[in-house]
Amino acid sequence: MKIKGIFHRKSKLDYKDLQHRKHMMYTWGKRGWSIVRGVIIAGICFLILYPTLVKLSVSFMPEKDIYDVTVRYVPKSPTLENYKTVIKAMKYGTAFWNTLKLALLTSLMQLISCTLIGYGFARFKFKGRNFLFALVILTMVVPPQTLMIPLFLHFRYFDIFGIISAVTGGKGINLLESYWPFILMSMTGMGLKNGLYIYIMRQFFRNMPKELEEAAYVDGAGMLRTFAQIMLPSAVPSMVTVFLFSFVWQWTDTFYSTLFLQKTRVLASALSSVSFDVTQKIYFETGVNVALAPAISSMYTNTASLLVVLPLLILYLFAQKRFVESVERSGIVG
Amino acid sequence: MREATMTNRALKSAAAPQKKKRRGLDLTRKRAAMGYLFVLPFIIGLITFFLVPLVQSFIFSLNKLEVAEGGYNLIPMGFENYNRALRVHASYVRDLWESVRYMIANVPLIIIFSFFAANLLNQKFKGRSLARAIFFLPVIVTSGVMLVVDSGDLLQSSLGMTQTDGTEGAFRAVELARLLLQTRLSERFIDYIIGAVDAIYDIVSASGVQILVFLAGLQSISPSLFEASNIEGATGWENFWKITFPMVSPLILVNTVYTIIDLLINSSNTVMELIRDTAFASQDYGMSSAMAWIYFAAILLIVGLVMWIVSKLVFYYD
Repeated sequence: MKIKGIFHRKSKLDYKDLQHRKHMMYTWGKRGWSIVRGVIIAGICFLILYPTLVKLSVSFMPEKDIYDVTVRYVPKSPTLENYKTVIKAMKYGTAFWNTLKLALLTSLMQLISCTLIGYGFARFKFKGRNFLFALVILTMVVPPQTLMIPLFLHFRYFDIFGIISAVTGGKGINLLESYWPFILMSMTGMGLKNGLYIYIMRQFFRNMPKELEEAAYVDGAGMLRTFAQIMLPSAVPSMVTVFLFSFVWQWTDTFYSTLFLQKTRVLASALSSVSFDVTQKIYFETGVNVALAPAISSMYTNTASLLVVLPLLILYLFAQKRFVESVERSGIVG
Repeated sequence: MREATMTNRALKSAAAPQKKKRRGLDLTRKRAAMGYLFVLPFIIGLITFFLVPLVQSFIFSLNKLEVAEGGYNLIPMGFENYNRALRVHASYVRDLWESVRYMIANVPLIIIFSFFAANLLNQKFKGRSLARAIFFLPVIVTSGVMLVVDSGDLLQSSLGMTQTDGTEGAFRAVELARLLLQTRLSERFIDYIIGAVDAIYDIVSASGVQILVFLAGLQSISPSLFEASNIEGATGWENFWKITFPMVSPLILVNTVYTIIDLLINSSNTVMELIRDTAFASQDYGMSSAMAWIYFAAILLIVGLVMWIVSKLVFYYD
């Protein structure tokens, strides 16, 4: 494919022969490359899928298969026992609903706020715009740990300009263990990685042709109507990307969910404590305080992590076509 | 009531000609106001959930915070917390260096891999959409808690995925090491390559978003550029270096910054865990804030430095 250069030299061969050989080398080069490419891509795909496949095989193994040297990937006597144990120990049903509600709520809020904010940055000129946008980038750079304690206290004694404490006489209301911290932060574009979403939306709107909007203005549409009827429909691919990111990252986030929800069960925190929960469950059922062998505890963790990621995989299965296609026009790039 | 509307109307009609004269200015001002309106949620959030906590956290880092009945007390300590974090704490400085070192070693690999992968995925071949779907899968299966759980997992590591032990596994680069040692390259370089091959899963799984960004960039290059250069007789190799690479190079900056932040601020990072534990396990809020601020300053410094260096190398089309 890239061998053309060699033939810039003058050759003794006559022109027709040269042409023929050039053509042959070109097609063979191309064929060779497509084989190499296929191998590379298949290899990387295998590499990516491998851990998940391992998890899948481990999750169906009974305890004795794990210690069995002859069993490597395919369990000898497949069982659903791990799933049953883990689902009970994690309280999977409750955790699933809580997580679903939380992730849907926050990702929809974040989608709305980040789209609006991104549009504001992309299409309107106002004083301090560049400075504000630099601050968007800054919110991405600051480790969330820096804001952790103040935010925790902020929502523990939540107050708006001292109005609430004046009314109730207390020290503000406790918003921990509720979804309010998430809602408030998502509404204002301050949730998990929201700087990135604002950036994505801004880049998209910046790349839209200005003529579209101008045409709408000439036709007498106001700024809000232009936004809602002209800009939004074409922003759908980017919005799918943002929604998918924010849903997935909220689903697996432990930082904010353990900070604001210490008692409410969500999947991410249930996963990190799953082997502890299994021992607790055994203790309650039999009265025996057992310590799980590392391999067994790892088996439970792997099963649980599959259960956590499964709904996301299903969502991805449905959304991936739009998501991957959206790359084409998402305009993440300016 | 009626009178009021009448006067309003009268006022309006009186104001109308004047308004017409300043219409251009009014429109820009109106648009500016609209802009503020769209960005308003961010401004509110920025102040209440970012700037105020940021300042507070700095104040905490200069104090000893004691939880008291219905609130907390601050006892001023000066820079004692910083001193303790940097000089007294057993592992903070080491962890900090360690994660910066890890970041510096991995960022180039991630950038190179994701650029390569994006180029592959941009070509036409059978099963491309499946390959794309799989390449972005790590964004899901290694996010957040999954990364934390997997990185210390026993069965995964014994089957060769993570690097905690290293006795046997599917992806160990023993043969490659032998091969490279025969070439008499510098040992340091060989170590780096071996490390890269051993860490290939970590690299691939940290590249999802970066591939996405590069791919979108590749798609946005106008095909007419390639057409023109093909007519002039350029080879694919030349096309790559003279068109593709310069056109995508601004995204190298974006991706580098994103990767640095992603590696330093993810939930499985040791420094992040340490800061968290210092606050909630040892209840040492002051030192935790000081640690977080030192970390923040370090990240800001690194990102600033990298942006300065990379932006000199980047080509901008317009």
